[in-house]
Amino acid sequence: MLKDVTFGQYFPGRSLLHRLDPRIKILSVILLIVWIFMAEHILSYALLLLTCISLILVAKLPLKTVFRSIRGIFIILLITALINLFLTKGEGKPLVDWGVFSIYEEGIWRAIKMFLRITILLIMTSVVLTYTTSPIDLTDGIERLLSPLSYLHVPVHDFAMMMSIALRFIPTLIEETDKIMSAQKARGADFSSGGIVKRIKALLPVLIPLFISAFRRAEELATAMECRCYRGGKGRTRMKVLHMGVHDILFSVWMLALGAGVLLINHFAYGLVGF
Amino acid sequence: MANEAVIKTEELTYVYGKGTPFYRVALDRVSLSIEKGSVTGIIGHTGSGKSTLVQHFNRLLKPESGTVSVSGKDIWEKTDENGKICFKVGLVFQYPEYQLFEETVEADVAYGPKNMGLSEEEINERVKRSLQLVGLSESYLQQSPFELSGGQKRRVAIAGIMAMEPEVLVLDEPAAGLDPQGRKEIFSGILRYREQTGKTVIIVSHSMEDMASYCDSVIVMNRGEVFLSGQTREVFSKADALSSVHLNVPQITSFMSKLQKMGYPVPSDVLTVEDAADVLVKLLGGEGTC
Repeated sequence: MLKDVTFGQYFPGRSLLHRLDPRIKILSVILLIVWIFMAEHILSYALLLLTCISLILVAKLPLKTVFRSIRGIFIILLITALINLFLTKGEGKPLVDWGVFSIYEEGIWRAIKMFLRITILLIMTSVVLTYTTSPIDLTDGIERLLSPLSYLHVPVHDFAMMMSIALRFIPTLIEETDKIMSAQKARGADFSSGGIVKRIKALLPVLIPLFISAFRRAEELATAMECRCYRGGKGRTRMKVLHMGVHDILFSVWMLALGAGVLLINHFAYGLVGF
Repeated sequence: MANEAVIKTEELTYVYGKGTPFYRVALDRVSLSIEKGSVTGIIGHTGSGKSTLVQHFNRLLKPESGTVSVSGKDIWEKTDENGKICFKVGLVFQYPEYQLFEETVEADVAYGPKNMGLSEEEINERVKRSLQLVGLSESYLQQSPFELSGGQKRRVAIAGIMAMEPEVLVLDEPAAGLDPQGRKEIFSGILRYREQTGKTVIIVSHSMEDMASYCDSVIVMNRGEVFLSGQTREVFSKADALSSVHLNVPQITSFMSKLQKMGYPVPSDVLTVEDAADVLVKLLGGEGTC
């Protein structure tokens, strides 16, 4: 079922991570991405993994759900690792040599590094952002972060509104897809057998009604918004004003300290395994 | 006369969102049987599990525990026959007009029969027959389903299921959101199907008036459990029990039971205005129907 895809889904709760200011969370994720790609040394990865685990614990998320989110892209992870494993050319003698494919020691380390990078990256972004931030908070945060751009006549509010509407309708559309698929299955549609052409053709009875209903919903929503005198962002006040608290500052300090740790390790730790 | 059961569930349980914070038991040990050839209504308040229940009849949802059998055979046993269970139990979803997709009414109604692998002539035959059942003439065959009115679209969608000629026709809120004229057309189509084919019909609804006028027996669902079941008259005479699960008996039934409470000798299981008129005319000393 489509509902089982948990990556990118909000997981309601009241943990510290849930209560953080969305602006801090967005900036933290950007920082985390930078730290992950700067990490060169195995110690840095240990540090990042540790952070990853503590973030999950702080957010009080069930481990099973978190790992289910990477299961979906596990194949991509594996392929990335394998490509790195076989195609990295290193100095010295290859460990295994099968003509085109050969494995060097550097390749093994690179494969592990890539694997860890993507895994940590995915878990961290989903734990810090998608699982613990409701879509509304998220767009609120983005809007506030980008608001300086409105001086350059960038329609920040409109972008944010479009985004929150898009996010708002993802579950609706998933539900709708499920419903239409069930309805066509009840008429004997078969989505899981036959060649690729046959399968794509089998999806038409789902896609056409889905498109029609998406357009219908868009039109209805636009009318409903106009009925409530929506005129864009100018002069709009907000119901929920974002405030920074002590925990926001502490969390930022944690993220900055992590970066400092990664940089220090890069600089000073040579002796151990440097990728 | 104890009739054969066409659909039977035993201890059927279903849960939504297992292992997530949205966990909810939708069906809780539901055991029921639906008589062959009957028109059975399934009523219940929103969220009582009636739509979830009917999706178990044709293998769309897999029970957490318990069994579902159609014509005496467990539908989750692995046989070739069970792969085609959707042709045997035809399910019309709520707002079925949103699943129309073909360019012409003819092609859309033919989608189901085509999936059954029938011959061209047989398909054409069935398309015409089922459109006739829902009261649409052959002039609609070449029209685009998207140009029709809401009620007509709904009838085309229902015809799409009828064309598979299922042993059991299940309709989830077939008349939701239609005007009285549209409702009447839908229900007379359904009754025509059952009259001409003698197959079983199951109607899911929360309209007590519709249930009273079209169903032989009803099953009342409440919070995922079977609350009451039996002949329509029998069930509707238990007005107090029904109102405890936020269902009201038809207006005319509650009117008659009020009369009874005031001391008039009238029965409390009158379901339609016509029946009530008969009773009242007799009571007032008149004769015949008005």
